[in-house]
Amino acid sequence: MSSVRVLVGTRKGAFILTSDGRRERWEVNGPYFGGWEMYHLKGSPADPNRIYASQCSGWHGQVMQRSSDGGKTWEPVGNKFVYDGVPGTHQWYDGTPHPWEFKRVWHLEPSLSDPDTVYAGVEDAALFRSTDAGQTWQELPGLRGHGSGPHWQPGAGGMCLHTIILDPSNPQRIYIAISAAGAFRTDDGGVTWKPINRGLYSKYIPDPSAEVGHCIHHIAMHPSRPGVLFMQKHWDVMRSGDAGESWQKVSGNLPVDFGFVIDVHAHEPETIYVVPIKSDGEHYPPEGKLRVYRSRTGGNEWEALSDGLPQSDCYVDVLRDAMAVDSLDSCGIYFGTTGGQVYASADSGDHWAPIVRDLPSVLSVEVQTLP
Amino acid sequence: MIRIELPAHLRTLARCGSEVQLEVAGEVTQRSVLDALEAAYPTLRGTIRDHVTQQRRPFVRFFACEEDLSHASPDAPLPAAVASGAEPFLIIGAIAGG
Repeated sequence: MSSVRVLVGTRKGAFILTSDGRRERWEVNGPYFGGWEMYHLKGSPADPNRIYASQCSGWHGQVMQRSSDGGKTWEPVGNKFVYDGVPGTHQWYDGTPHPWEFKRVWHLEPSLSDPDTVYAGVEDAALFRSTDAGQTWQELPGLRGHGSGPHWQPGAGGMCLHTIILDPSNPQRIYIAISAAGAFRTDDGGVTWKPINRGLYSKYIPDPSAEVGHCIHHIAMHPSRPGVLFMQKHWDVMRSGDAGESWQKVSGNLPVDFGFVIDVHAHEPETIYVVPIKSDGEHYPPEGKLRVYRSRTGGNEWEALSDGLPQSDCYVDVLRDAMAVDSLDSCGIYFGTTGGQVYASADSGDHWAPIVRDLPSVLSVEVQTLP
Repeated sequence: MIRIELPAHLRTLARCGSEVQLEVAGEVTQRSVLDALEAAYPTLRGTIRDHVTQQRRPFVRFFACEEDLSHASPDAPLPAAVASGAEPFLIIGAIAGG
């Protein structure tokens, strides 16, 4: 029988939650790397026992971990992230030039075909790749070297490269997103990049329709429709049907279109999920009610999903990498909160229940569907 | 033999006890001690000082013989009691936040 493994990164360690395909009873293992910030853990699609993890702290910086047995044991691997050449400057919050400085790894994206190849999105924004299972890391400098680099500026959480999407139909195509520079795409395996932000409108930057400068929070794609992208921006939920060449707003009847997460149903490529958050100044759900919103039409028409979620006095946030889906026949949806809850739905979002309630603040959630 | 005490998180990372003992070739300085420590425990590279600049990480402190040596030159000789092994060289995680 199939099973699922949920990889949870928190501010004070990592946790691995496992269940059989019914997803009714869960085993909670952890904390792994207790006391450390675990920004992201992700398994290799080519070898589910290979998992990479980003471990960091304000005291001791970045450490990278690798497991080859599904998270039972871990070994530290290379943590040396050095920008290619002279790093130059980007804009600081006040608009002055600020040197590029490596701070942490926000997101790990293992190759779709090679367990030893993995991409890392880092702060200050850059894309690195390892082809030796994490022992050494090399920057793909064409991204940071894009002519707009000196104009990139950090969002409130830092200037992070937080989204990496590998196109399953075209190994040369990668999408990434940076807060607050925008989305970029390469069609030559990472050598050259182009901004793909046409149609985004951001009132908080001097030119609301600028080529770069948009605070994208997350992008999701269904593997069967690699040219269709869904975006949760700082404000606005957006859809692109042409690989990011243009974007259309699909916020529709959402109560508010600020938020961080966005994801796509495993079997229905136009069924998408967001968690509306009241505003950028109040990082909690509207009315104290935690609700996932689902659209079965690729946006615009949304329905609230609240069965099993707290509907009063709930003031948690759901951060950008803290939602994931499994690929069992009845698609499972998972998300974690800054209050330490990890919620799961085994029926595409109709009903929810907490797997665990009292973890440290959740930074990321990923799911592996195991045979 | 130089004695080095590590903070708890680095002991876990290096899979060692609270105190490690190392031979240090030549003059005993912060740099030579940390070079020897990182050679013996490569997983500590980057966690005490920056990979490239070799600057001490801001929330890491170096104490010995009841003195804060954090701002001393990395190439200054450490106290004789550290060089002789009578006193440990303490690597401390500064008290800062949660």
